[in-house]
Amino acid sequence: MDFAEEQLKRYSRHIILPEVGGKGQKKISGAKVFMIGAGGLGCPVGYYLAAAGVGTIAIIDNDTVELSNLQRQIAHSVKTLGVNKADSAKQTFEALNPDVNVIAIKERINSRNILDLIKDYDIVVDGSDNFPTRYLINDACVMLKKPLVSGAILRFEGQVTTIVPGEGPCYRCLFEYPPPPGLVPSCQEAGVLGVLPGVIGALQATEVLKLILGKGAPLKGQLLIYDALGANFRKVKIPKNPACPICGENPTITELTDSEEYCSI
Amino acid sequence: MAVKIKIPTPLQRLTKGQEEVTSEPGTLIEIINSLDKQYPGLGERISESGKIRRFVNIYINEEDMRFLSAENTQVKDGDEVSIVPAIAGGF
Repeated sequence: MDFAEEQLKRYSRHIILPEVGGKGQKKISGAKVFMIGAGGLGCPVGYYLAAAGVGTIAIIDNDTVELSNLQRQIAHSVKTLGVNKADSAKQTFEALNPDVNVIAIKERINSRNILDLIKDYDIVVDGSDNFPTRYLINDACVMLKKPLVSGAILRFEGQVTTIVPGEGPCYRCLFEYPPPPGLVPSCQEAGVLGVLPGVIGALQATEVLKLILGKGAPLKGQLLIYDALGANFRKVKIPKNPACPICGENPTITELTDSEEYCSI
Repeated sequence: MAVKIKIPTPLQRLTKGQEEVTSEPGTLIEIINSLDKQYPGLGERISESGKIRRFVNIYINEEDMRFLSAENTQVKDGDEVSIVPAIAGGF
């Protein structure tokens, strides 16, 4: 596919980067990214990927936009209050860049639909809001060998890592067990600084673009931790766990299951 | 010089808002136990019966303690201990 004059103009600041160029921009246009969640993280990730010209962006969310979301979920607005979040985000992303094919999926991701939903995509982005879904997404990505860019936020702190199955550790290597309900703040207790998902989502979008372009060093085997109050970024190593139940030497998880969902972030 | 311990935001309520506290060198579990005396409740959030809770990750400098000597890892002067709880918010 060749770029029309309008697209050359739109992506000119990418194209003049030697690391991107016309060739890299074509890779971006041909890429298919599957995003879970159109909330705090999904909004900035999708916004920047749409701006960058990612050809196909699927976004799954079965929630509707509420006023309390607008403090941070920048793809939604007072005009889309009550609208499904995936639909609302689709409108925003397509208004920014009509080149992008945004597929809004108004469902909840689960063990029965996930493999089929993500199988035709190149990269998966986790912007979900609970542990069971995070483990499910990880397991599905390991099974299908899909790169996964995972981001999580709470209060003033965020975490990002890039999982490349077969090449590095997975989410279960990093966090073997989820915290039990009751030992983490409940959804009602937990707040989040509105701009925090912007920082973490932008980092996730950066990781996605690096994977598409095959440039730079992805956050593979590393967890990047951002502390907004201290204005600190730290990185810690994630060793691959040989005893990992999904990507280890003798995996015990061979099929996907839905664990009971509880509200713990 | 001492050991620096990075406290994640969810636990800073127990350290009077401090994001970093210090301790004398020792094994990791000795350090956690001594911190609990200074900041009651902290130890219990991180460990149970002398073991680090399975859902809490602790790094000594950049290394995951599970792949060092776990609770018995010797932490030296100048080392930095990071307590990193799993978080799942997408908000």
